[in-house]
Amino acid sequence: MVELVLFIIFGLAALFGAVTTVWARNPVYSALGLMLTLFSVAVFYVSNGAQFVAAVQVIVYAGAVMTLFLFVIMLVGVDRAEDRRENLPVQRPLALGLLVLFGAGVLVAGRFAWVTGAEGGRGAEGTVEALGSELFRRWVLPFELTALLLIIAAAGTVALGLFRRGEAEGGDEGEAGEGEEAP
Amino acid sequence: MTVNQFLILGALLFSLGVYGVLVRRNAVAVLLSIELMLAAVNINLVAFGSLLGDTLHTGHIFALFVITVAAAEVGIGLAIVILIFRNRSSANVDELDLMKW
Repeated sequence: MVELVLFIIFGLAALFGAVTTVWARNPVYSALGLMLTLFSVAVFYVSNGAQFVAAVQVIVYAGAVMTLFLFVIMLVGVDRAEDRRENLPVQRPLALGLLVLFGAGVLVAGRFAWVTGAEGGRGAEGTVEALGSELFRRWVLPFELTALLLIIAAAGTVALGLFRRGEAEGGDEGEAGEGEEAP
Repeated sequence: MTVNQFLILGALLFSLGVYGVLVRRNAVAVLLSIELMLAAVNINLVAFGSLLGDTLHTGHIFALFVITVAAAEVGIGLAIVILIFRNRSSANVDELDLMKW
């Protein structure tokens, strides 16, 4: 009962945050709405027994990634108005029709029991100890590949940040004048 | 506590994310909508892992991998957005027709 009340409260919060993310004209409001959604989703993780995933979600997503988003929003400019006029003629009513079809499909699919097995169990608790012992035994190769992916992404980000138009051949003096020669 | 409510919430969040990717013209808002879709996928993974009583924690571990890949994607994506903004002083995805044939 308590879980149902919590689900309703945080489900509405997550939906409100998602609608704000999609509809807000100011990108800062979009980022804050996504932050609300991510916090609500972390509550669902805890109610499903995934405590470590919830902690990672709050620290990595709602902390680091959203800070990065806010930095870039401030850099790119928050005050330029976004053109909301739609140039496509028939796609918007078509999309509404498809949305109704999809919602009906979801509601119909929700009436079937797709998963058989022991229902109602909260499953195994996703503590740090349990997840770590699985992650470093069974999933150690994907884990190392993830580390490789993160290194490649970090190096790619640095390389993209250092790129200048017109001086692709010699970038030795990249750090000296970091923003003065912007057009 | 069944799993259907989480699946319906995940479907709603995913649909909102798809709408945002298709409609928004600010490149940063498009990336935010992609994050919304990834959060919806994570809800499904964790909810199914809890429903099945998975002692191997496969759902949780896949959610962790999704979060990691999303972090890498956000880093690269925002670097590209800043680069585009530096070159064209605009982050509007409709004006990005450089690679259009």
